[in-house]
Amino acid sequence: MNEPTTAMGYRRNVLDSREHVARRTPSKTPSGRAQALGLRGAVYAAAGLTFFVLLFLIGYILVRGIPYLTPSLFEWKYTSDNCSMMPAIVTTLKMTGLSLLIAIPISVFTAVYLVEYAKRGNRLVGLIRLTTETLSGIPSIVYGLFGLLFFVTQLGWGMSLAAGALTLAIMILPLIMRSTEEALLAVPDLYREASFGLGAGKLRTTFRIVLPSAMPGILAGIILAVGRVVGETAALMYTAGTATDAASGLLSSGRTLAVHMYCLSSEGLHTNQAYATAVVLLLIVLVMNTISALVARKLTKS
Amino acid sequence: MRTKFEGELRAMHEELIRMASLAETAISSTVQALKNMDETLAHGVMENDDQIDELEKNIERRCLRLLLQQQPVATDLRNVSTALKMITDLERIGDQAADIAEVTLFLCKNPGFSMPEGMSEMAVAAIKMVRGAIDAFVEGDLDKAHLVIDYDNVVDRAFLRTRDELIQQVQKSAGNAEQIMDLLMIAKYLERIGDHAVNTAEWVVFSLTGEHKDARVI
Amino acid sequence: MNTKIMVKDLELHYGTFHALKNINIDLPENEVTAFIGPSGCGKSTLLKSLNRMNDLVEGCKIDGKVTLDGEDIYGDMDVNLLRRRVGMVFQKPNPFPMSIYDNIAFGPRTHGIHSKRRLDEIVERSLRGAAIWDEVKDRLDKSALGMSGGQQQRLCIARALAIEPEVLLMDEPTSALDPISTNKVEELVEDLKKDYTIIMVTHNMQQAARISDRTAFFLLGEVVEYSETGELFSSPRDKRTEDYITGRFG
Repeated sequence: MNEPTTAMGYRRNVLDSREHVARRTPSKTPSGRAQALGLRGAVYAAAGLTFFVLLFLIGYILVRGIPYLTPSLFEWKYTSDNCSMMPAIVTTLKMTGLSLLIAIPISVFTAVYLVEYAKRGNRLVGLIRLTTETLSGIPSIVYGLFGLLFFVTQLGWGMSLAAGALTLAIMILPLIMRSTEEALLAVPDLYREASFGLGAGKLRTTFRIVLPSAMPGILAGIILAVGRVVGETAALMYTAGTATDAASGLLSSGRTLAVHMYCLSSEGLHTNQAYATAVVLLLIVLVMNTISALVARKLTKS
Repeated sequence: MRTKFEGELRAMHEELIRMASLAETAISSTVQALKNMDETLAHGVMENDDQIDELEKNIERRCLRLLLQQQPVATDLRNVSTALKMITDLERIGDQAADIAEVTLFLCKNPGFSMPEGMSEMAVAAIKMVRGAIDAFVEGDLDKAHLVIDYDNVVDRAFLRTRDELIQQVQKSAGNAEQIMDLLMIAKYLERIGDHAVNTAEWVVFSLTGEHKDARVI
Repeated sequence: MNTKIMVKDLELHYGTFHALKNINIDLPENEVTAFIGPSGCGKSTLLKSLNRMNDLVEGCKIDGKVTLDGEDIYGDMDVNLLRRRVGMVFQKPNPFPMSIYDNIAFGPRTHGIHSKRRLDEIVERSLRGAAIWDEVKDRLDKSALGMSGGQQQRLCIARALAIEPEVLLMDEPTSALDPISTNKVEELVEDLKKDYTIIMVTHNMQQAARISDRTAFFLLGEVVEYSETGELFSSPRDKRTEDYITGRFG
């Protein structure tokens, strides 16, 4: 009837489509059975292929890289003889931390605004959505170019950690924002109603009830963002540069692991060390994913 | 909507009407038997009483089942509870008619008494009340029900007159004391029948208005 | 008998839809009042108007007056303060995804109580008040989502009690519960009416008949009949009420 059942009229149904996929009874006719069999085969084949490719890729990297993982590769100083990856690791961590530090508050707050505060049909909401969607579709090299023109040249920061981190922050902004938005939308209105019903205001409801409930989803977005930062090369070549020392200050240049690896392999002199770097990169991504999964599980449990 | 429920309510109502008409027949027949000293008719009344008892049990069962299964409210609730209460009074009316028939049988075998004048007046009034209560119930007529309730004093007055007459008879002659006592019993039965008719009429009023003896029950 | 909440000439529109028409109803203190009626008749809407939950709905416009102890709730009253005085329990149990303790403490903390000792006290009292203390006292730090539906609903009642409201609005509080849990909640409601004024929307007419003192029947945004529960269910005055409660509706 016309009486609205959900008090706030949040846009929902994002997750509903899942239900339609679930059960399908196999058809009884012989041709139908053959079809079902064929489909099932295709499904298994696709899954198998994916798994095999992944396994092969990882295996190949490990086989090529592990033999060259020597202690010298982890020395603090990079020299032309020993292309140590330690400075790159440090730079990677700094770059990731910095870009997340910039991107997370902005994107999370924007998402909160869009979902919790903006009225439906608000023009600004449409504009922000369009902007973020466009941003997420842009190739990373374009970000790099922008960073070069604006941060490096216009602002005169030179190739630097700051320029790189800001560029990356812009790049991962839509990523975190979209996943935060989805996560906020998935928080049942029941929670909001209960909170309001207890006399809590909008702010308290948003920060004490809605955001914590949406945390796993937000974290998922952050993990994706970390993945992109760690794996990014194109945007960083122009903005953070390829200096071999660990970037010591905001305005000093430095290379992340991915850039380091790219440089090594493109120079063609240290292909084996490039593979060793790849192994480390792989490990870092793996560790980070595991940690965030643990954190997410911990958060949802309590 | 609620077809099964409606059907059961109707069936219960029909049985109740049947029971009411049996009770009415019982009282009019027994009065007839008393007046004409008709032994066959008196026997018939006593046999009919079993039917009334049987119907009482049936209706009771139906009502309880309706309460359990349908949890009736409003009119339905009033109808079911009215039926539950009414059958008790109707059954008593039947019983008392049978009691009168039994006494009549004794009087048939032991004549030698004179019927007090108040007695026929009482009989007429009691029949009229039972009939009126049952008509009120069948037709859902509030006015008829109130008429029955008001008519109670007529029976009560007639009873007192009959009693006085019987007392005079006792004082005059000592030979037929047993018959006189029996006649007094009959008068008392008729008076009670009038009371049960009033009760029935009061439950009819409740089923129509929700008020019993001018007060809300719930 | 004191009137706790008075609704006078209330008109409510959702956009162009006229959801409540000329509602006039006095809700007495320390009694259970039930709102019944078919879906979409406006009973939940009226309930939500009593603590201004309708404020959250876009396009909702309210005219008329609702007073709590004589104070106009749509006037100067702070809405969060109003909701502190008029608590609410919802149709679906909706505990927050946090521990049982934090669920109960959320309300008091919202209203500025932070002392651990006070909070402990409130948590115990509220849980006892909602007749669930014995079931959960050993696992206060466990997630509320691990409880059964019936327990969750009683937890939500406890959570509402924790802010010490004067009125408790219940929107079909047992419609998602099994009969045993329903029974527990109903008994709880009987207990609670000693200290609170309770207003309950229910689709279950037997429930309304069982636990409410007064019943209002709604149809198409109007109050058709409002009277003492026994009277309404035994001899309703309006034909529409009769048709609805006896199931001969529509």
